[in-house]
Amino acid sequence: MSAPAAVPYDPVRAAEARARAPRRRWPFRPGVLLAAAFLMLVCAAAAFPGLLGHAPDQVDPAAALRGPGGAHPFGTDELGRDVLARIVYGARPSLLVGAGSTLLAGLAGAVWGLAGALGGRVVGEAAMRVADVLLAFPAILMALLVVAVLGPGTRNAVLAITVALAPGFARVVRVQALVVRDSAYVRAAVNLGLSPARVLVRHIVPNVVAPLLILATVNIGTAIIAGASLSFLGLGPQPPDPEWGSMLAQARDYLDVSWTLALFPGAAITLTVMSATIAGRALQARYEGRGGG
Amino acid sequence: MPTLARRLSRRLALTLIAMWGAATLAFAGMRLVPGDPARVIAGGVQANATPQVLDAIRDQYGLREPVLVQYGVFLGRLLRGDLGESYQLNQSVSGVILDQLGPTVALAAGASALGFSLAVGAALLTAGRPGPRVVSRALEFGSISTPNFWIGILLLAAFSFRLHWFPVIGDGGLSALVLPWVALALPIAGVLAQVTREGLERALGQPFALTARARGATEHRVRLRHALRHAALPVLTLSGWALGELLAGAVVVETVFARQGLGHVVVAAVRGRDFPVVTGVVVLSALTFSLVNTALDLLYRLVDPRMRQAAL
Amino acid sequence: MSRPLVEVAGLSVEFPARRGVVRAVRDVGFAVHAGECLAVVGESGSGKSVTARTLLGLAGPAARVRAATLSFEGRDLRALTPREWRLLRGRRIGYVLQDALTSLDPLRRVGDEVAEPLEVHGLATAADLDDQVVALLAEVGIPDPWTRFLQYPHELSGGLRQRALIASAIAARPSLLIADEPTTALDVTVQAQVLDLLDARRRDGTGTLLISHDLAVVARLADRVSIMYAGLVVEEGPAADLLSSPAHPYTADLLAAVPSLDGPVRRPREISLAPAARSGCPYASRCALADDRCRAESPPAAPYGPGRTVRCFRPGQDPPRAPETPPVTVPVTLPVPAESPAAERAVVSVRGVTKRFRSAGGSRRTAVDEVSFELRAGEALGLVGESGSGKSTTARMVLAEFAPDAGDVLLDGEAWSGLRERDRRPRRARIQLVDQDPLSSFDPRFTVQRIIGEALPRGFTGDRGRRRVAGLLGDVGLGPEILDRLPAQLSGGQRQRVAIARALAPGPEVLVCDEPVSALDVTVQAQILALLARLRRGSGLSLLFISHDVGVVRQVCDRVAVMKDGALVEIGDVETVLRAPRAPYTRALLSAVPRLAVGRRTAVPIPVPDMDLKGPT
Repeated sequence: MSAPAAVPYDPVRAAEARARAPRRRWPFRPGVLLAAAFLMLVCAAAAFPGLLGHAPDQVDPAAALRGPGGAHPFGTDELGRDVLARIVYGARPSLLVGAGSTLLAGLAGAVWGLAGALGGRVVGEAAMRVADVLLAFPAILMALLVVAVLGPGTRNAVLAITVALAPGFARVVRVQALVVRDSAYVRAAVNLGLSPARVLVRHIVPNVVAPLLILATVNIGTAIIAGASLSFLGLGPQPPDPEWGSMLAQARDYLDVSWTLALFPGAAITLTVMSATIAGRALQARYEGRGGG
Repeated sequence: MPTLARRLSRRLALTLIAMWGAATLAFAGMRLVPGDPARVIAGGVQANATPQVLDAIRDQYGLREPVLVQYGVFLGRLLRGDLGESYQLNQSVSGVILDQLGPTVALAAGASALGFSLAVGAALLTAGRPGPRVVSRALEFGSISTPNFWIGILLLAAFSFRLHWFPVIGDGGLSALVLPWVALALPIAGVLAQVTREGLERALGQPFALTARARGATEHRVRLRHALRHAALPVLTLSGWALGELLAGAVVVETVFARQGLGHVVVAAVRGRDFPVVTGVVVLSALTFSLVNTALDLLYRLVDPRMRQAAL
Repeated sequence: MSRPLVEVAGLSVEFPARRGVVRAVRDVGFAVHAGECLAVVGESGSGKSVTARTLLGLAGPAARVRAATLSFEGRDLRALTPREWRLLRGRRIGYVLQDALTSLDPLRRVGDEVAEPLEVHGLATAADLDDQVVALLAEVGIPDPWTRFLQYPHELSGGLRQRALIASAIAARPSLLIADEPTTALDVTVQAQVLDLLDARRRDGTGTLLISHDLAVVARLADRVSIMYAGLVVEEGPAADLLSSPAHPYTADLLAAVPSLDGPVRRPREISLAPAARSGCPYASRCALADDRCRAESPPAAPYGPGRTVRCFRPGQDPPRAPETPPVTVPVTLPVPAESPAAERAVVSVRGVTKRFRSAGGSRRTAVDEVSFELRAGEALGLVGESGSGKSTTARMVLAEFAPDAGDVLLDGEAWSGLRERDRRPRRARIQLVDQDPLSSFDPRFTVQRIIGEALPRGFTGDRGRRRVAGLLGDVGLGPEILDRLPAQLSGGQRQRVAIARALAPGPEVLVCDEPVSALDVTVQAQILALLARLRRGSGLSLLFISHDVGVVRQVCDRVAVMKDGALVEIGDVETVLRAPRAPYTRALLSAVPRLAVGRRTAVPIPVPDMDLKGPT
């Protein structure tokens, strides 16, 4: 669970670099298509889990802990439930936690950070001091504290991770907003006699939001892992609802009998995170290649 | 050096503020939980605290007073170093923390040593070398994208259950620490390796690297004596983040390997809503985190002479 | 004549690119003798630095180097192993890069950096290493060397840093010194000292390869000059001959573009800046003399007088003078006041302004100290000074980007610096800025159309706005094809033109130009200066022109004000100040400016007060 690193993004330098440099190839370029395809599959599973036809909670003690193959391509768990079906049904909470918390944290961070940079002395200082304090202890503890207060569950996991991520986003937005505010092009706009509101809307906000969007996209993977960690610890979606992290927690107890039980949910998490990151970076490359707008 | 003293006192003030913030959040959290606060502190409805215990708690925390007074009592107790009593564990919170600190520190220290060495080694070997770079980047990407509990489970399955090289559970000895170290170190090493290599490559592209080569310096010398210091700067900046990752990872890894430790305790406390323990751990890690960040800040100034004169 | 120290013939360096290869250096040949200075001159991208690095074996891992001859001290460099290269570098060949702030490792002590070649080549024992380094620092004229030894590069002034870099390059007593733009980022007075230092090495018998874009610097140091264009040496010869009677049209254009302090002010021609031609003579696309043959085949290097070669089919011919471009009339909202009796009217009055900044240590530094001057209607006033003289701070107060601590600025005789921003905003259109780095002054997401369109006064919307933008682009010599480009996709010269068009868009009466040409190649610089001069003639704009370069100021300005350490030391008519400077500082500044004097380098170093040597401690 990470706070995004506060590296200021300099739009001018970036724009020049992207115009100058021959389009740098991303090492996993052929992977972008695969990643997109996999993401679509995961999204489809999240949207219409019923299409598979298998029920995730159909207990069959006679077929417990089977290896992959036959009627159960990914095998069965300790209660004889179909692992594939549980993975498909587990996509929804996983994505919800990953994307939902990133979205909320990004929104909150944008408002928070802009307030910190442009809110004047009182508001700005107050906003950033609060962020400093929150960033002064590990994000995981923020999340755990929220869960301790609200109790476990999907919605609360989303809130917990949102609370954990938002201060980091706020700081990035603030640094970025300060870079833009002090940039020569904002200076030029002021020299032209544009009103502060116009400068804000036309020059500052767009140049702050674009890199934030990229950062948020690349960050979805982190949020998915964070959500899976919470449910692995039993603090996310509660049984019998399937979720990838909690499936791994169960699989941990049957490793001596069936190690494949731990293979598929973990692979689902890792592949989704990889795909989300690849897709995010591809979007980033696209944005930087075009100069945005 | 007056700037250093000023900087240091500023950081220490921030540490205090962070601890106060952590305590305030913990207090607010406690009061946000619906129901009788005394019962919340005792561990919720399922804890079945006796009326006597509840009364004792009310006295101890000043729960019969207005909220602001309660807040004052709460902070006053923390200030005196009294973290309170875990009614679920029937032990003082400081006792619980002291008991469990050792294994977690051993886990985190070993993992960070492993993670940093892996990262720096990989970066030094692959920076600016197209072939090895691609391999290393793929490995880093993989380790960043893999949750460490899955790494842990796979390691357990392979090395403990299949090959029997390492014990399945247990807190004794080094051999029980090897797999947890690896599971905890890999994702951090992935990120740090990326950052280190980027830093190295940026430094190697700078005029001073060219100048050093033009003096007849060997590639080794250019990398170790010149570029590595520059790469250390972003790594130091990220080390605070890495510490947070380490703590988060420790919570998970201790669960995977069924180890004793603070992570284990805090998960149990969160699950059972054992607020005194949660509060204690939150305040303690705010302290650790701030102190480590202060140390990193000083280290940064040691590495970069340009920072020593900068104001603030 | 003895065998040359360096002999190069038929050198070509290629870099693989996405499509095909980039031929950075093509068929280059030259020789450097001991005690001789060869200068390789060219604009950015001409291949001069790659040539220099090839001599060190440091052209890069991707570079493909081929040569008929590549020898140094009689050894064939083409056959060296990496280890043999290392034994050569720093030991037999010293290398000085520009901008010592980035060329010295900022995280290491100055002493350690200077000591590195001695350590690497085992030329000093641990016991006497420090003494040797201190002796070296003293040798290059660094005062108080024991203190400097322990300091970090950022703690030294620019001149001292460059000296330290030279000390490290000469530490092992190499027989060849390669200096790649050694003075480019330095103030002129410091520049003169560094050039003297290099000249002293040369007189002691060190062969010197000087890489530079600045013909005036070259004129001061070089025995022979080699002019490169698009990877080719287009002309080579003795410095005095070549600079006084250029044979290649490119050399002639370069010389014409250098603003000079002597003789009549040449109104720079607006030469074409087309990219180098792919086939035939690379300069054909820009050359006024080019004919079909030039465009079809590449001229071979041919002898031209004693010791000279040139790659041109029509060497030594004067290019036909391009017809003066007629002044465009930029519609300015005000009536042109040139003929009116109000010609002496002050548009901007700066009255005793002072600005102090808080510096790192917490102490306050006076950046501008009670400066007063007037900018009169229709005139161009130059503000000259070295870095840190307060000229840019003054400009920013004239633009009312921040308020002075004392004194005030009036615009058109009315309050300006003292106003509230809300009251100032409607009048901001009257005074506009052209910045040194136009790229960063454009919103990176905006197209040229939007950048200029945003600056237009109210009422220019839709089609009318688009026509006006295209008109403004035409005025600054740009076609409508760049309307949809992003700033990052423009060349340096195009960007500065767009910046000027934007500054003109609101219809200002005052243009503040802050080092508008200092980041540009000399031919591009000449074009921008010509453009500014033309615009001024056509519109009656008043210009406040900030520059560190007296020659550039002379090209554009009527009057000049000289600043030093925040104070105005002299102000007056440009020609008067240049011919008869009154303030001692002006005299020192003028004497330090390198000139294209054909009379060759002066044997005696020009006496320059050592104003850099203090440095921050």
